[in-house]
Amino acid sequence: MGLRTPLFSEHERLGARLVPFGGWDMPLHYGSQIEEHHAVRRTAGMFDVSHMRPVDVEGPDAQAFLRRLLANDVARLQSPGKALYSCMLNEQGGVVDDLIVYARGPQHYRLVVNAGTADRDIAWMRAHSAGFAIKIQPRTDLAMIAVQGPQARELAAPLLPEAVRANAMQIQPFFAAEDADWFVGRTGYTGEDGFEIMLPNTQATDLWRALHTTGVTPCGLGARDTLRLEAGMNLYGQDMDETVGPLESGLGWTVAWEPVERDFIGRTALVQMRDDPARREFVGLLLTGRGILRSHQKVLSNGVEVGEITSGGFAPTLDGSIALARVTPGLGSTCEVEIRGKPVAARVVRPPFVRHGTIRIER
Amino acid sequence: MSDIPADLKYTKTHEWVRDNGDGTVTVGITDHAQEALGDIVFVEAPESGREVDADEACAVVESVKAASDIYSPLAGEIVEGNAVLADTPDAINTSPYDEGWIFRLAPSDPGALAGLLDAAGYERVVEDES
Repeated sequence: MGLRTPLFSEHERLGARLVPFGGWDMPLHYGSQIEEHHAVRRTAGMFDVSHMRPVDVEGPDAQAFLRRLLANDVARLQSPGKALYSCMLNEQGGVVDDLIVYARGPQHYRLVVNAGTADRDIAWMRAHSAGFAIKIQPRTDLAMIAVQGPQARELAAPLLPEAVRANAMQIQPFFAAEDADWFVGRTGYTGEDGFEIMLPNTQATDLWRALHTTGVTPCGLGARDTLRLEAGMNLYGQDMDETVGPLESGLGWTVAWEPVERDFIGRTALVQMRDDPARREFVGLLLTGRGILRSHQKVLSNGVEVGEITSGGFAPTLDGSIALARVTPGLGSTCEVEIRGKPVAARVVRPPFVRHGTIRIER
Repeated sequence: MSDIPADLKYTKTHEWVRDNGDGTVTVGITDHAQEALGDIVFVEAPESGREVDADEACAVVESVKAASDIYSPLAGEIVEGNAVLADTPDAINTSPYDEGWIFRLAPSDPGALAGLLDAAGYERVVEDES
């Protein structure tokens, strides 16, 4: 039996199919994962993401510590509440984890890390904290509910505590508002507008039920995966890991090279890789032949293997199959993917496939 | 509880088999199987004329989660694959025993049908899994 979030009994009550994920028992879907996917693209859906771990980093050296720890630069977070997506790298330039960091004040930051890597991440952070005047505090007392979709904010806002509600409605994308232990980020993992709401474990069930009553569709990990894939967002452990870094997984944009004197962990390795002509590219694929793209299928060009799919699946918004793939440089606009021993035609496209309910690639 | 019609035969790998009474049988996957797979988004049905062995993988059903092989319950010749599933694979979810059939087969030994599980036998297979 895995770990249970404060919403576990709600998932059981709603008839969820539960699966192990990152050490937790989590809902895969509540009936139809495709309907849940469409709910997020068209109206609003909610996800229990309480398995993810908020980690507060506070103290006089908090900024200096995070500028050493993360490949993106928290000095870019000029106003309170602003958020940043970043990789946390090892010395070899591989990814320890990907995360979101919110600036809460001059000496206060909140990171949100993946469930399966949380313990390892915190150990990594502590191991690299020597000499920095900081406190690292995992917030296991907080639950997290992501409410996503074009109607997500207007449906969720009235259910927020009054002290945070007005601010939550005013914040721009990639900002957060907070009051006491309620923390509302205008962030997500679906390619739609919405909130990620952190709140005390003890209040999670009330919010979940209120959201359900107001018409927000409960969604499981299945829909979360197809939504993020359509949005062209990476999944840690699948699209990148400790052996494959940001430059080969489409995350070069998250590496802050300037200022050059900022010596973040992994920088030396990344600089070497940056100018390597053999560095693999990270692309999107749209299957034009019949079948479903899946991770680990081989990508072929004129019959020669040139790479591998890292994430693939059925894309409900496109009613077709798409993938993210790592390939040798110079692949043209078409390729084949080996499905059950046979080459099937695909087009090479630039993610995202879908954003804000709209298909972004040519078909 | 999933639907297990009494007039069909079954396999341990969750196929159902209907005796059409004309020397052919129709094969699909059970209600229990479609529910476990989740939303089905792609089906590769076998070509007619193909000779298959008993327990040979001859079709593929892909759900949002994963691809699953479908095994021929009996040896014989494929008479027809369900062409409708190319455009509406979710017929297996909505109607596993009717519109969602996958292929028709002319068994080389019609007597072999009797060796498959009956509804009560298949119900025990499902119970043992849970």
